[in-house]
Amino acid sequence: MSDQRAESVSVRRQDGERPAEELLRAENLLKRFEAVTAVDGVSFSVHRGEIFGFLGPNGAGKTTTINLLTGLARPTSGTMYLEGREYTASPKRAQALMGIVPDESNLYDELSGFENLSFCAALYGIDKTERKKRAGALLEQFGLKQAGKRPFRAYSKGMKRKLTIAAGIIHRPKILFLDEPTTGIDVASARRIRSLIGELNRRGTTVFLTTHYIEEAERLCHRIAFIVGGRLVRIGSLEELMKEHQQETVLELAVEQTGAQLLNALRRRFPSYAVHRPDDTHLRLVSERSIELLPLLGAVAEGGAEVTEARLIRPTLEEVFVRVTGIESGLMRQEREGKKK
Amino acid sequence: MSSWTAFRAIVAKDMKTYYLKPPNISWGLIFPFAWMLMFYLRSRTPLDIRELLPGVVAMSILFGTTSMLAVTITFERRSRSFERLLLAPLELSLLMLAKTGGAILFGMLNAFVPIVVAAFVVDLSGVLWLAVIGSILLIAATSTFLGLFISVAVHEVFEAQTFSNFFRFPMLFLCGLFIPVSALPVFLRPLSFILPLTYGADILKAAINGEGILPLWVSFPVLLLFAAGLFLFSLRNIKRKWVL
Repeated sequence: MSDQRAESVSVRRQDGERPAEELLRAENLLKRFEAVTAVDGVSFSVHRGEIFGFLGPNGAGKTTTINLLTGLARPTSGTMYLEGREYTASPKRAQALMGIVPDESNLYDELSGFENLSFCAALYGIDKTERKKRAGALLEQFGLKQAGKRPFRAYSKGMKRKLTIAAGIIHRPKILFLDEPTTGIDVASARRIRSLIGELNRRGTTVFLTTHYIEEAERLCHRIAFIVGGRLVRIGSLEELMKEHQQETVLELAVEQTGAQLLNALRRRFPSYAVHRPDDTHLRLVSERSIELLPLLGAVAEGGAEVTEARLIRPTLEEVFVRVTGIESGLMRQEREGKKK
Repeated sequence: MSSWTAFRAIVAKDMKTYYLKPPNISWGLIFPFAWMLMFYLRSRTPLDIRELLPGVVAMSILFGTTSMLAVTITFERRSRSFERLLLAPLELSLLMLAKTGGAILFGMLNAFVPIVVAAFVVDLSGVLWLAVIGSILLIAATSTFLGLFISVAVHEVFEAQTFSNFFRFPMLFLCGLFIPVSALPVFLRPLSFILPLTYGADILKAAINGEGILPLWVSFPVLLLFAAGLFLFSLRNIKRKWVL
């Protein structure tokens, strides 16, 4: 159970419920910095209303891609569209529809939380009355009302990150770019931020999320792209990515007591299944085909044991990532944490 | 109109967070006041003060704008808050005018400190006030845009300070304020005419004391050209260096 995730535990969104209307499209994006190719012919679409995850190790091209998409960098070649309109050469109109939350909180230390939000709203041309209304509402929504008058420099890391996200959505963008939103903050704040991202998405905000936390992408994203060395190596919904790598069926049974006798009986009865005993109360059956549950339960009962739970095990996104990219996910995290320090 | 909302917000934010901070206000007041006092104590007649006024006004603007802007922009770039401005749906030219607007205003306010002080001790009748105000605005703009040019060239805050001095001090001694251009060594004279402050100082000298060496119709357009040139050159560099 340590490296795999039980399907029964999964609490995920339903992909089928979402219409695949294209909001943002990148076609053959290429970015060269002298001899280095940071982004190498990347093409993808982000659908309206989804959370699109961008996963990759350090230097894979995630932030450069965000910089290209948001107009902070110019592509060497390739085109970008938002709501069907190309904005590659002149991104200002598209920027009005984007919210950007960088990997480090970049609000103004001297201004209070309220003033920061109000200033960010003004940058998008929102009038004073509306700015006040929205800033107040966002401070409330993000649980920062009490800290609204305090200067930004006095905020904790988690509070800073929350306010930076609030600043990214104050002008109600069509698409929100979140670059590593939970990196470097405590577990409780990270949880709250994930919950806020989910909430924003449920309210209709499309999210483009880069993260090195695979479990975060797995929990939040409707579709995920893997980027390595500036190239997109795989893109799809979680189900599609899993399906590609679901080479075998793994079933885990929780039984009151297992023994060598029961193990051998099952191996004799079902020779096409590989039967393992990970511990005294579990049996794991692996098959290249589907596993028939009823005969199996019968055989366990005949062996004098009782099944209390049966769970179908599928590979985790982490395993899929490792198989596709050849990069250990732990290495990604270590690199990132090292960079933060 | 929405762009102007952003413009006003940037100027107001910069005035509040940088220029109107107590240390800057005290610097803006004390620096020109101290210069005025020093010259007043050394002057034998009130006429000397009037003669020195153009120099003190020009210095107040130059020192109040160039390094301030270079430092604030470099600081915002280091903290990445400048990215927030670059990502706003605001044309780069308007954004940079907003960023420099606060410094220009601050420089102009600095300029009026010695004028107000001088008004109490000498007779300022006969001064061409329109020309004085116009030159103060243009000197503040060129000095600020020089600060912008510097901020694009450096990465660290201390570099911005050092680089500012590299421009300011030679300019101060070559612009004709304290040493007339005609009294400079021959090989240095052409140099003084490629410095914007020479034209600004000359307008001030002409408007306050009627001692300019160039006609106003030459100095004003040249100063305007310097301001526009520095601004456009900085914009070009920003597009090349900051929007990669």
